[in-house]
Amino acid sequence: MANESKSVTKKKWTSQEKNECIWGWAFILPTMIGLIILNIWPIFDTIIQSFFKTGDFGKGNIFIGLQNYKTILGDPEIWQALLNTFKYAIVEVPFSIAIALVLAVLLNRKMVGRAAYRTIFFLPMVAAPAAIAMVWRWLYNSEFGLLNHILGTKTNWISNPSIAVFAVAIIGIWSIVGYNMVLFLAGLQDIPRDYYEASSIDGANGINQFFNITIPLLSPTIFFVAITRVIGGLQVFDLIFMVMDKNNPALYKTQSLVYLFYQESFVNNNKGMGSAIVVFLLIIIMIITVLQMQMQKHVYYN
Amino acid sequence: MESMEKKQKMTAAGIHILLILVSITMLVPFVWMALTAFKTITESTSVDPFVIFPSSWKVENFTTVINNMNFPVLYVNTLLLILGRVVCAVLTATMAGYAFGRLNFPGKNLMFSLVMFQMMVPGQIFIIPQYLMVSKLGVLDTIFALIFPGMVTAFGTFLLRQTYMGLPKDLEEAARLDGCNIGQTFLFIMAPLTRSGMVSLGIFTAVFAYKDLMWPLICNRNVMPLSAALAKMQGQYSNNYPQLMAASLLACIPMIVLYLIFQKQFIEGIATSGGKL
Repeated sequence: MANESKSVTKKKWTSQEKNECIWGWAFILPTMIGLIILNIWPIFDTIIQSFFKTGDFGKGNIFIGLQNYKTILGDPEIWQALLNTFKYAIVEVPFSIAIALVLAVLLNRKMVGRAAYRTIFFLPMVAAPAAIAMVWRWLYNSEFGLLNHILGTKTNWISNPSIAVFAVAIIGIWSIVGYNMVLFLAGLQDIPRDYYEASSIDGANGINQFFNITIPLLSPTIFFVAITRVIGGLQVFDLIFMVMDKNNPALYKTQSLVYLFYQESFVNNNKGMGSAIVVFLLIIIMIITVLQMQMQKHVYYN
Repeated sequence: MESMEKKQKMTAAGIHILLILVSITMLVPFVWMALTAFKTITESTSVDPFVIFPSSWKVENFTTVINNMNFPVLYVNTLLLILGRVVCAVLTATMAGYAFGRLNFPGKNLMFSLVMFQMMVPGQIFIIPQYLMVSKLGVLDTIFALIFPGMVTAFGTFLLRQTYMGLPKDLEEAARLDGCNIGQTFLFIMAPLTRSGMVSLGIFTAVFAYKDLMWPLICNRNVMPLSAALAKMQGQYSNNYPQLMAASLLACIPMIVLYLIFQKQFIEGIATSGGKL
């Protein structure tokens, strides 16, 4: 079809082509109008707004050029938030991937209770993050929490600035591990069974097979999951917003970039500054995604 | 030979023990949520002795939060949010997915690159302009405002395009020879074949509409869905954990019940559509 339409561009349209053009545009029109209004225009609008300062009481916009970006680059709170976001992602992403990978490999066989395990591991995916955050906050409670009771400790999991961000990342791992596992299980279906049979005849054990067969052949899925999880982890908001109180002493060392974006835009009502923060985040995500893609080329397209 | 069989059995048992331990870790927060929801404040904050099970299964926490937070309204708001987004998203994405997957028309590639572009940027970049639009239209704090950002879906369009591209090539030709126009071909022949793709997109949209927190927090102060209401409640009853847990449980149960009934569709809908990106 594609070649045909290229060769006849100079000629008059056949009625079939005319039809496809009319129906095609009619079918994409609702989506395209929606996307342009809801998404494409807002991208440019956000970038434009990042050059403005929102006046008091949200009135009037004052053009201030790159001032918001200068403020961001000179603001230790933003750099701390960026560091917090990285810390969160550096814990959440590798652990949620590694645990999910092991679980997927263990479940990738005929066994009793396979469906039940899968259902249980996936359960946090269908729970409201607000509810998940609340129950974990309760589990982490330093005086009455179940966790300190079991461990026999008195740890301030979420109010000690040096560990709070990791405590939140643990909730993130718990929430996402089942989702990653299901993606890996789907990827594992594509690895031929004979590879494993052949290698066990050669005397390889399960652990050898995991590193020599599973990991290399699953690497496209692993990279896909890693990229989407890094992007997701860098956008963490719900958990931090729900777990960290405004007067929590660890908030400064836990708040993420998206949390600051929310605060600036909708609590402090400085939408210009909020826009600049989100553009800053966009640039960081783009850089990291490009770096990951480069790594991916090196590792498995050989 | 016998020792090898024994070794295999030991390995299988070890694997089960590990999987059971992980299952417990996944379930404990939910169980603790439920146990706390039935306790009094005194029981929940008792340290010596530490109370695991409530002395009696009191339902007062549930009745209190149902009345104070007006749960019936929260359920209806959440349901309308979900239905609105699912209907709009599935309808528009099915049509656009068909056009992008099966038809040829000028401008198609440019339009599709806009769809792909939308999927590559972080979602927060849309929020301020979307909020300003809703605010200018004077519809803040309505069900429409909740549905608004999810009325079309770039991801869903991409997902259904993939589904349509996977269908056999000569279907349309046969329909055309039978005298169907493109609209009829789509409606009666092609769309019904992508039912599983539509179901996946529907479940995916429903779960993420239900989980969405930031958007309802921003644009709705009174007409709230469950997620935003929980956040608001935490600010008000910060230390009444039995009531907070009762509300959390009430908010989670409908989705969990649906999940347990339609597990296969849920897992396929959420994870495999995520995996096709």
